[in-house]
Amino acid sequence: MNNIPHVLSFLIFIPLCVALVISLGTWDKDEAARNNLRYITLLTTVVLCVISVLFLWLPFDKGTTDYQFVENIEWLGGGINYHVGVDGISILFIVLTTALMPFAIWGSAAITDRVKHYMIAFLVLESMMIGVFSSLDLVLFYLFFEGSLIPMFLIIGIWGGKNRVYASYKFFLYTLLGSVLMLVAMMAMYIDAGTTSIPDLAQNHYFGTDMQTWLWIAFFASFAVKMPMWPVHTWLPDAHVQAPTAGSVILAGILLKMGGYGFLRFSLPMFPEASAEFAPIVYGLSIIAIIYTSLVALVQEDIKKLVAYSSVAHMGFVTLGIFTATKQGVEGAIFQMISHGIISGALFLCIGVLYDRMHTREISAYQGLVNRMPTFAIIFMIFTMANVGLPGTSGFVGEFLTLMGAFKANTWVATLATTSVVLSAAYALWLYRRVVFGTIIHDNLTNILDCNKREIAIFVPLIILTILFGVYPAPILDTISASVDGLLTNYQAALSTAQAPVLK
Amino acid sequence: MFETLNLAIALPELILILGAIALLMVGVFSNSNVTKMLHISAMALALVVVTIFIIFTQGSEEATAFFGSFYVSDFTKAFKIILLIGTGFAILMAIEFKKRENFTQFELPVLMLLAAAGMMVMVSANDMATLYLGLELQSLSLYVLAAIHRDNVKATEAGLKYFVLGALSSGMLLYGISLIYGFTGSIGYSQIASSIASGNANEIGVIFGIVFILAGLAFKISAAPFHMWTPDVYEGSPTPITAFFASAPKVAAMALLARVSMEAFAPMGDAWQQIIIFLAVASMALGAVAAIAQSDIKRLMAYSSIGNMGFALVGLAAQNEKGIYGLLLYITIYMFMTLGAFACIQAMQKDKVSLTKISDLAGCGKSNPFLAILLTLIMFSMIGIPPLAGFFAKFYAFLAAVDAGLYPLAIIGVVLSVISAYYYLRVIKVMFFDEGEYDHDPMAGELKIVLAASSAVIILFVLFKLAVDDFMLQAAAAMFN
Repeated sequence: MNNIPHVLSFLIFIPLCVALVISLGTWDKDEAARNNLRYITLLTTVVLCVISVLFLWLPFDKGTTDYQFVENIEWLGGGINYHVGVDGISILFIVLTTALMPFAIWGSAAITDRVKHYMIAFLVLESMMIGVFSSLDLVLFYLFFEGSLIPMFLIIGIWGGKNRVYASYKFFLYTLLGSVLMLVAMMAMYIDAGTTSIPDLAQNHYFGTDMQTWLWIAFFASFAVKMPMWPVHTWLPDAHVQAPTAGSVILAGILLKMGGYGFLRFSLPMFPEASAEFAPIVYGLSIIAIIYTSLVALVQEDIKKLVAYSSVAHMGFVTLGIFTATKQGVEGAIFQMISHGIISGALFLCIGVLYDRMHTREISAYQGLVNRMPTFAIIFMIFTMANVGLPGTSGFVGEFLTLMGAFKANTWVATLATTSVVLSAAYALWLYRRVVFGTIIHDNLTNILDCNKREIAIFVPLIILTILFGVYPAPILDTISASVDGLLTNYQAALSTAQAPVLK
Repeated sequence: MFETLNLAIALPELILILGAIALLMVGVFSNSNVTKMLHISAMALALVVVTIFIIFTQGSEEATAFFGSFYVSDFTKAFKIILLIGTGFAILMAIEFKKRENFTQFELPVLMLLAAAGMMVMVSANDMATLYLGLELQSLSLYVLAAIHRDNVKATEAGLKYFVLGALSSGMLLYGISLIYGFTGSIGYSQIASSIASGNANEIGVIFGIVFILAGLAFKISAAPFHMWTPDVYEGSPTPITAFFASAPKVAAMALLARVSMEAFAPMGDAWQQIIIFLAVASMALGAVAAIAQSDIKRLMAYSSIGNMGFALVGLAAQNEKGIYGLLLYITIYMFMTLGAFACIQAMQKDKVSLTKISDLAGCGKSNPFLAILLTLIMFSMIGIPPLAGFFAKFYAFLAAVDAGLYPLAIIGVVLSVISAYYYLRVIKVMFFDEGEYDHDPMAGELKIVLAASSAVIILFVLFKLAVDDFMLQAAAAMFN
């Protein structure tokens, strides 16, 4: 297959260009015009997805740790370049982004207010997210990382629920506060190393031990909020509950992954000594996130909030896996992020199906849906099981690998983290029982309609992916393997030269 | 130094002043109707363009005129061009105001030109006397401009307040200059520097002088804690005048502050650095916190400009070439953002009556999405969110501070910028999230031009930074030759 030159730039800028074109037209005249707009946007995201799979993932050389599809153009002067490229760690996040976007757009049929701005916001958001995962320059990374706040703030604030203003402010200010500290750290790195090239900083520059500590803390401030880790996770349930369905899908599916990706791209390779030193603290926070937020999820009365807290728990596995710095742990963390992107996206779409019909997300407002919505019950069942981590679904692979990595690093940590298997089953199955099973006691549910063709068509590919990666995880693991090996080899080498205390 | 008059070096200033006087004559001898006034504004605009062109054609080597009291270099060229661009846009915005209010006082653009001439002298001043001369030409023009809407109580109050407090600051500045003259025996920047460096001057006395001079200049850039006049004057003056206050004079005063502190007081760097850091932190903090409670958008912009001056001062506090570069970049981008914001504010009118409440913008996102989106981008840029220009302004200012080892200042600064995000977001919130009836008059063509220029800078800066980089870098380097 022939490669497209500048394929990454195409992926980054096509959504922006389409957004610009859309912005010039009037689309809010009537329903037909709005539908045209929806199809144009959907087509764009599908095309991007096809490009990213056919021309990025397939020709990607899985055997090397080098960055591929690299473009390096002078941009700001002073060594700050437009420098993009992918390796085994970042490529799957780009594919995940382009793959989830069509579902988000397709699932937005209920949006009828200001459709034009809605689509523009999502296209800009897509371009920012692809940019985050393909940047190989600190400033460029920060530009996309922060730039994604603008569309997301507007999406939550304009198309969100009742308490949307509070949620959008909290989301924006929380993440901004974390990020600006990272910005200062990036400046210090630039001054210290004289370059903002991520490969150079990771491989050729050594930061002093003290400096690593400070830089690690600053980056942690940003990524821990983005992940989100306990105790800075409180913005997430608010944002999720208020955001429109597609906003939640993208938020849980991709935006959260920026934090985990950041740890892999910056914290481990650039500050190995500090990462080793702080690993126990990260373990502690991850364990608290896994156990505490699972318990919190149990008592939620809002379906979306419950899924949001379960996201925090799952992200606890990701941070745990990353900082074990074992092959299984890191691979498991990446796999968990990809799989959680698909599963949580699907779960939020399921909630969207209910919300579009009943306009409430209260658990107590539903009961006995299986009687009226058998198809929905099956779909919801599959994703609930995947969320629990049932073997045979993609949720299992990530969790299992992570726990294995954790066991190698610290037995107690692994033991505590394993309790989540029980806890997640508890909240997820209880939710399922309350919403789906039983008899219909609410009068307004007696006429609720089952999933229509559009909705089924949305869920089928997601079900296929969930099962496929559950029984055959090789496409993902093979892609990331070489890069993870390279990352860990450099990490261990840096630790042994620094003779830092090795963790038991 | 050539001990000559060297008039050619001051050609742009001379042309601007002579042109302004000629326009004054035209105004006096023509009958006062609105069309005539518009012709005068157009001529003033043409004069500004010609002056910018002349500055471009001047050589880039350093030179002095008027026996060493007037200095030009790439640094002064850059600041003059930027402040003239700001003046040009303000004149453009004033045209809309005149048409709407049937305003027949022809002095408005002429006073703006004279103020601009004063600013150019401030930038180029090479001794304390020239500094004061330029500053007063600027300030006196601005006092009159603040009160030019003389039938309006608020405008008159603004003018009077501005005059009284401005006079106080000029007095402090003069007192500082006299102290410096007394302790160093000279008023020329380089002579003051060499006198301090040689140890002939009484250090305590010089520090006293520096404190008074910096306090006086802090008044002019409205840095906290010398900011008290700003909200009232911004609120009371007609919007195009406020836009003018917030743009060009800040550029000039920043340039002046940089030149005085980096050249005349270079040997006392540690002393004035503390003062600048204090001013920067106080301004950023006040700008971030005090604006939260405002309901009038012009007052909000006043506090925003106080905060922005704090961020620009971060660059100066770094005391290095990166810092001057950051300062120049910051003040340039700030000027474009501010002009764009005020163009939107001026467009807030219903039946030809200006509205200034933030809540008047409610529903704007639905009824006038184009205006709302551009104002939103300006607000995000003010917060410093990439890829908008405001991010790069903050990035380079703080980069200089980090380079100079001023980590606490950088961290305090970025945290305060997050706090300030709260009230910028409120403007966006009102436009997009709140329901409301928005049936304002359509935006006038003049304001559209200003808003378009401002938005273009804010959005496209990320792509074309490299194209303007040489200009900025040379300007910063010129200060260290």
